[in-house]
Amino acid sequence: MTIKYDVVIGLEVHVQLASKTKIFCGCPTTFGAVPNSQVCQICAGYPGTLPVLNARVFDLGMTAVLAIGGTVAKRVKFDRKNYFYPDLPKGYQISQYDLPLGSGGGVDIIGDDGKPRKINITRLHLEEDAGKLTHDARASFVDLNRAGVPLAEIVSEPEIKSSSEAYAYLTHLKAIVKAAGVSDADMEKGQLRCDANVSIRRSAADPFGTRVEIKNINSFKNVRAALDYEIARQIKAVEAGEAIVQETRQFDAAKGTTHSMRSKEQAHDYRYFPEPDLVPFIVETTEIEAVRSRLPELPAQKRERMMKQYGLTDYDARLLIENSGLVSVFENLAGRIAASQHKNLVNWLIGSVMAYANERAGEVEDMRIEENHIVIPTRPAVEILGIDSGDAGKPIRLSVDGFLEILSLIEKGAVSLKACREEVFPEWVKTGQPPSKIVEAKGLGQISDTGALESACDEVISKNPKSVEDYKAGKENALMFLVGQVMKASKGKANPNLVNELLKKKLK
Amino acid sequence: MSFIRQHLASGRSAREVLASHLNQIDALNPQIHAFISVEGRDAARAVASAEANPKGKLAGVPIAIKDNLCVTGWETTCGSRILKGFFSPYNATVINRLLAEGAVLTGRVNMDEFAFGSSCETSCYGPTRNPWDTERVPGGSSGGSAAAVAAGLVPVALGSDTGGSVRQPASFCGVVGLKPTYGRVSRYGLVAFASSLDQIGPITATVEDSARILEVIAGHDSMDSTSSRVPVEPYSKPLGETIKGLRVGLPKEFLSFPLPPDVQAAFDRSIKILTDAGAEIVPVSLPHTEHAVSVYYIVGPCEASSNLARFDGVRYGDRDLGAKSLADLYLRTRQQGLGAEAKRRIILGTFALSSGYYDAYYLKAMKVRRKMIDDYERAFQQADVLICPTAPSGAFKIGEKTSDPMSMYLSDIYTLSANLVGVPAISVPCGYTAQGLPVGLQFMSKPFAETTLLKAAYAFEQKSGAADRRPKIYAS
Repeated sequence: MTIKYDVVIGLEVHVQLASKTKIFCGCPTTFGAVPNSQVCQICAGYPGTLPVLNARVFDLGMTAVLAIGGTVAKRVKFDRKNYFYPDLPKGYQISQYDLPLGSGGGVDIIGDDGKPRKINITRLHLEEDAGKLTHDARASFVDLNRAGVPLAEIVSEPEIKSSSEAYAYLTHLKAIVKAAGVSDADMEKGQLRCDANVSIRRSAADPFGTRVEIKNINSFKNVRAALDYEIARQIKAVEAGEAIVQETRQFDAAKGTTHSMRSKEQAHDYRYFPEPDLVPFIVETTEIEAVRSRLPELPAQKRERMMKQYGLTDYDARLLIENSGLVSVFENLAGRIAASQHKNLVNWLIGSVMAYANERAGEVEDMRIEENHIVIPTRPAVEILGIDSGDAGKPIRLSVDGFLEILSLIEKGAVSLKACREEVFPEWVKTGQPPSKIVEAKGLGQISDTGALESACDEVISKNPKSVEDYKAGKENALMFLVGQVMKASKGKANPNLVNELLKKKLK
Repeated sequence: MSFIRQHLASGRSAREVLASHLNQIDALNPQIHAFISVEGRDAARAVASAEANPKGKLAGVPIAIKDNLCVTGWETTCGSRILKGFFSPYNATVINRLLAEGAVLTGRVNMDEFAFGSSCETSCYGPTRNPWDTERVPGGSSGGSAAAVAAGLVPVALGSDTGGSVRQPASFCGVVGLKPTYGRVSRYGLVAFASSLDQIGPITATVEDSARILEVIAGHDSMDSTSSRVPVEPYSKPLGETIKGLRVGLPKEFLSFPLPPDVQAAFDRSIKILTDAGAEIVPVSLPHTEHAVSVYYIVGPCEASSNLARFDGVRYGDRDLGAKSLADLYLRTRQQGLGAEAKRRIILGTFALSSGYYDAYYLKAMKVRRKMIDDYERAFQQADVLICPTAPSGAFKIGEKTSDPMSMYLSDIYTLSANLVGVPAISVPCGYTAQGLPVGLQFMSKPFAETTLLKAAYAFEQKSGAADRRPKIYAS
């Protein structure tokens, strides 16, 4: 027997703000630079140096708060979070403690129950990143390039009920911060990092269970793995009659497990106090409204517009807007085709195009229209060695005319959907030949000529009086049999929809 | 009598001026131990550029620098073993401003370790001695700065003042020490003790020299968010104007501290000098003064415990190479690198900030601090300047108070309020103890009213004549 547990998850997401320079000094934030090459005396915590808040970072912070629907604090202050670690050059991190820059707001997700739900956000605060440590057998090395990189920490309410909801929350949050231009939110580059607080209880009516913090969840894939492991671990412990210990656990991506980092007793006392080197300041309402007026279209607004403007379902609209590359290509192409084909366009982009791109290590997020081509950059060769490195690194280029021709061939019924997916598309991406030529060369054309099909239908009707009688008596299956006979007679080339229509008309 | 004015008018070559001061250092520093290093090569280079640009406001003026102000290429140790071997890669903003006006930086002067102290005895280089009596302390923490000026080793030194560290040694050494308004001078490049209290200030032989230095070092700095945009005034211009009608406030709470008769006499005489000059004496009240020492010894150590966390042996300074683990590295480096007083303050601050104690200590202290600021605002509605003794005594003997931190802390009772409320304050010689040791008179004014402050201090200096005496060692 299994008892159902109520799972409670809260996420703390660190988003790197898209500023070219650090939060308290002028050093660049470029990813992947030579260790300690983007460091000055300020971010290295040299004696006598002082922080000065980067105005651009503050602007991005306010934008982030407004993008998630939060309220910007009237009074802004920073605090020191004190602890010793070699990657923390000053011995304290400048953060915001009791007065975060933003409070409230939320992210709309589709819950596990299939219904839309808002995951509320508690707070958003600004802080500086620490450096990075690497270790070898001899020694440990400190790289301070990341020290002082601007972060927004976004803390959710404990309202997430499963790993898949956590995944959905993260995906949507990422889409929001990207759309708002607040962050590139590339998890691989550490621009989006996530810690989770997880607890379980017998029922939603019970008080919260003991909370365990999971650190080091550094990829989207790991979000699910880490949470599923931790939930299972807690359930197993509870079933075995053990108490859950309040602690911080680290996720080990290689093993897919979490292990204890420190107990509640070992927890740091961060000795927060107001940062005396940065003077608290008041944010004028006009300043906040100016930032609000510059906000670009955000995913929720975009989703509604997609549904209204293109007649897409909520589901399709969500699928599209999760991916900035897809949505931009969709919007570009949708204007060139009839409204009746929009659904088809979504299906082909999400289906065949995405699948092909994934196969070739394409970065669909960065997909775009360029010189009348759908262009999809690919990851460097080294990452896809062993797959098909021949063209690795080169962007995928698909001609827009060819792609639209495929859509129109289907629309006209000149070729079956199946044939198009399985034969035409693969051949087209390989050779770049016009799809209509491929259909012709492979003999995949459907007979959509009413005249030609009418005689075939008449012949089948006259040869199968029993079925005709059954159909007229109300047996729908009989029609399917008759359609099948026409298809057989045409060697599969007849357009089944058209045959269906013709037979129905003739048997009225 | 201003050194700077006389020097600029005299046409004496910068080379000659530097040479005579270096001679003085050679002759007296072994007894005084004010300088911990003389930077002859950099000074010579500065002399050359001063000669090339004689128009600088400080062209050729030798200046000594406290060991907690960063100067490119100079070892900057704050009198602490833990920073041994740290050569600053950059100049503090004040250093750049002095150099731009042709100042000649002659070297490092001694200080209490990380400015924790009132006697200059906690330096890892050993104590500095008072030029008036080498058995006595010069005061602290800018004891090296004050002793160097008092002994004529330099006409000007920069110090830093967190609770009286410029004014108290100025008082002990019979020179002038100015702590500007918080935010008047950029702190960029001053190794932080307590960020909300620290301010850089000059120690000079005369009020006018302090005014002239302030004109150069004051002003907004984009590198320091706490530096003010209030315009810098020509502080030396109105010196000599009458103080007739100036309202001089006597805070009754300060007058209630017990004073030795000789210090009391010097203070009483000071009041008479000001009255004779036409000032109007008004009684004022600063009701929260009794809490100043407690508030100071919470806020200061709290900020210091955090500011000193960066001295961990990882990036610069002294480190124990025998460390077996990270925790061991931290422990050994800080155990060996920091002195007893630094450890005492770090422990005090760490405790006061820790979870469960923050509200009772730090938060409470900040609330009282706010009330003190209100007290001063009210007092400055009734008075233009406030006066009180700078210190409750003349210089004490070396070793006299090292075993009793509380009595050492109490030597700052008159000075630390100005840091807590952020107002400017200056100490001017006002008389001598029975043993012939100098004592100072402290003036305070409204924030950014340095012009008024300096005008009052200058008028007093001119009338009192107390600054005319020089220690015997100087003349010898």
